[in-house]
Amino acid sequence: MPSPMVSIINVSKRFGALQALDEVSLEIPRGAVQCIIGPSGSGKSTLLRCINQLEPTDSGAIFLEDELLGFERKGDKLLELSEGQIAGQRMKTGTVFQRFNLFQHMTARENIVEGPLRVLNRPRGEVMDEAVALLERVGLADKSGAYPAELSGGQQQRVAIARALAMRPKLLLFDEPTSALDPELVGEVLAVMHDLASTGMTMIVVTHELAFARDAASNVVFMDRGRIVEQGLPTTILTEPTEQRTRDFIGAER
Amino acid sequence: MRSAEPGRNAGSRGEIMEQNNLSRTGLAPTRGERKAIANLEIVPRRHLGRWVTAAVIAVLLALVIKAFAEGDIAWGVVAEFFAAPAILFGLVNTVVMTICAMSLGIALGVVFAVMYMSPNPVIRVVAWGYIWLFRGTPLILQLLLWFNLALVFPTLGIPGLIEVRTVEFMTPFVATLLGLGLNQGAYTAEVMRSGILSVDSGQTEAAKSIGMTRLLTLRRIVLPQAMRVIIPPVGNEVISMVKLTSIASVIQYAEILRNAQTIYYANARVIELLIVAAGWYLIVVTLLQIGQYQLERSFAKGQTHRGNHKPGRAVENA
Ligand SMILES: Nc1ncnc2c1ncn2[C@@H]1O[C@H](COP(=O)(O)OP(=O)(O)O)[C@@H](O)[C@H]1O
Ligand SMILES: [Mg+2]
Repeated sequence: MPSPMVSIINVSKRFGALQALDEVSLEIPRGAVQCIIGPSGSGKSTLLRCINQLEPTDSGAIFLEDELLGFERKGDKLLELSEGQIAGQRMKTGTVFQRFNLFQHMTARENIVEGPLRVLNRPRGEVMDEAVALLERVGLADKSGAYPAELSGGQQQRVAIARALAMRPKLLLFDEPTSALDPELVGEVLAVMHDLASTGMTMIVVTHELAFARDAASNVVFMDRGRIVEQGLPTTILTEPTEQRTRDFIGAER
Repeated sequence: MRSAEPGRNAGSRGEIMEQNNLSRTGLAPTRGERKAIANLEIVPRRHLGRWVTAAVIAVLLALVIKAFAEGDIAWGVVAEFFAAPAILFGLVNTVVMTICAMSLGIALGVVFAVMYMSPNPVIRVVAWGYIWLFRGTPLILQLLLWFNLALVFPTLGIPGLIEVRTVEFMTPFVATLLGLGLNQGAYTAEVMRSGILSVDSGQTEAAKSIGMTRLLTLRRIVLPQAMRVIIPPVGNEVISMVKLTSIASVIQYAEILRNAQTIYYANARVIELLIVAAGWYLIVVTLLQIGQYQLERSFAKGQTHRGNHKPGRAVENA
């Protein structure tokens, strides 16, 4: 039995008096599409940020395959890794942000090649060819020289996905990737995500697009107040949830 | 108060009411009147005030020019010394010092701005102390301190390795460079810091998410975008620096003002030589302003063309 792609074990995180994550545990198998739903402020983003080590956890452990993230075990203590070591772990996980966060001073292609060139130190020619292929894959072959400000939200988000893919990550995190988009641009981004899911990429997707969760997810988690309230197959969670809170949320989202 | 709704009966009672309305408020022209108004010719507003100011300024300017022309200024002397070797030599020294001190200032500014924002509290305190010290004391005092350092430390260096006599090392050039550069660094650090803070934190997070280290993120992502905010104030400071170098005349650095003074001590043409120096400062500053404008345009990259939203590929999706 191979280890899961991600194991989250009893992860907690506080912001002052606020318990943003409360003993969260979750296993995500290789190639799975894990959707996370839940009301605003329930800790979904915080969980993704902990996985990508943009926030340090207070307790608990997160593994990417067999690698403990953020710490090194010394006897019965966990020692924090150095900044460089954390950067090294981060590049195995790609993140797609709600607000795209494309590098504003770089063209679409420059955004995509930045990581492979500067972080992975791969040869330029190879990286450039790959960028062309990635832009084609997200349907933006003609936009390689455009700056983010010249692209629509949907186009920016697709470039952001290509930028994440260029690092050849083992895992992709999506934090409400379509929430900042005009309704008519949501479809083009979801299409790219569907395509990724079908190629076997392991993905964790925080989303309010219940239709996407129904069609693409292998598992859906409902979170509320920093806890996982309920999880299961999309059909179960989205159509016949057991918990009242889940039912209320899904009723309201419709 | 609204009236004259379209489609309203234009009966006599209505017209009377309308006139009443008009006489009461002076507003609400009838539909016919509105049409007539729409056909009238537009006469641009006459900016009488502008003509008056222009006239006043022209008169004042003429008076000033007359005063200078009739005053005791030998314009021939100004022309004679404008390109004199000592003046040109001073000009070169002024420009060289501006470049060196500003480069040192910018380098220190970046370093201390980054230190100021370090997660390490000791490093933060060091940066705070540097900015506090050099912003808290007058520049001229700092120059004099550097120049007279030999009084405190007769020799400088690493014991056993290199050692120099301070008076020989601390030439007017070195003292001026240290004084202006270290002082500038303290001010530039603040500018850099606000520039760095102006870059959206999402940019840093995106850089981290592709595995960039803090330093690489700073160099590749944050600083290039901060430049847009940093260049205008730094450009102004370069211009200030050109003029600030004149302060080094107090420690015998041979910049343009000092050399102009040396000449007028000999020939007593004080105003003429000050005019020569002023002319050169204006020329250098004007050139710098043109350069600043070009630089600002080139760093606005990716910030223009907002709103050019073309619809993306429409994709079928359930
Ligand atoms: N950096 C932070 N500092 C303080 N509170 C935070 C911070 N980040 C998130 N929170 C709080 O933690 C809770 C969970 O936030 P978040 O994970 O963003 O929720 P979600 O993504 O589900 O809407 C919220 O109440 C939010 O206000
Ligand atoms: Mg969120």
